Amino acid sequence: MAKIAWFKYSSPASFYFLAGRMIPWFAALAAVLTVAGLYIGFFRAPTDFQQGEAYRIIFIHVPAAWMSMFIYVVMACWAALGLAFNTRLSFMMASALAPTGALMTFLALWTGSWWGKPMWGTWWVWDARLTSELILFFLYVGFLALQAAIDDPRRADRAGAVLALVGVVNVPIIYFSVQWWNTLHQGASISMTKAPSMAAVMLTGMAVMAFAFWMYSIAVTLYRVRLIILEREKNSQWVRELLEGRRTDDRGLDAAATEAR
Amino acid sequence: MEWGSWSEFWAMGGYGLYVWGSYLVTFVGLAAEVIILRRRRRTLMEHLSLTTLDTQSEKSHETKA
Repeated sequence: MAKIAWFKYSSPASFYFLAGRMIPWFAALAAVLTVAGLYIGFFRAPTDFQQGEAYRIIFIHVPAAWMSMFIYVVMACWAALGLAFNTRLSFMMASALAPTGALMTFLALWTGSWWGKPMWGTWWVWDARLTSELILFFLYVGFLALQAAIDDPRRADRAGAVLALVGVVNVPIIYFSVQWWNTLHQGASISMTKAPSMAAVMLTGMAVMAFAFWMYSIAVTLYRVRLIILEREKNSQWVRELLEGRRTDDRGLDAAATEAR
Repeated sequence: MEWGSWSEFWAMGGYGLYVWGSYLVTFVGLAAEVIILRRRRRTLMEHLSLTTLDTQSEKSHETKA
């Protein structure tokens, strides 16, 4: 039986090359799914009987909102792994996810606001769903600001990780806010227990766009983690080889790492 | 969904401002993230290759000395 070297890719150097090979695939998937999702959303999905054409904001609002929460959970998991095993790559992944998560949160708030104005008559209301999503945005910004404020990268990693873990309590609050409190925001469009309340084609458009946002997030996060790896490992042997054009892949990397020590 | 004409499509049943206001900002936001990342990579690569060249010249200087 072949032994799979799982831990090989917990080394930032190996992961740098693995991520480089994965990015084009995720980027291509994101592009194809976006085109397909927009086509379904604008040319296949019918007009909503209550909201007219304004509901078409759903095809970006819901994916952005899902990603904003999902990325936070993934970021907190990497942070927990980093704190538990002290693996550098875990902390780097957490740092790489935060800006994309913040962007997704901003987009969920922005598109929600532009949907709320014609439907509710207001850009903003301090109800539980909107307020908890705004807190999520502040958590991302707080994480980024905290990491930027600490010069020693290892201390910045740990401080950020603790903040990320504490903040994860906000995610179920966002998710269940529409059930726990009386909110202006409508309930979940999709639930695990009930049949979906939307037309199948609307649901398909939303699902395709959600996958598109997911693939996009993976692609940009991998791109960013490669930059973080380079920034942090710039004095190592393999980065020097890379810059001098003597290295194009991760072949013989472990030997090179030993040599550097 | 069959749109009668392009102007009907852009009007979005009177909600054009809100629909396109959402979509425009979303795509500008995503594109901006990609552009910022590419620029960051370019600056980093320039910076790193400069420092490698520096260390190389230092090394050759050392060997000469």
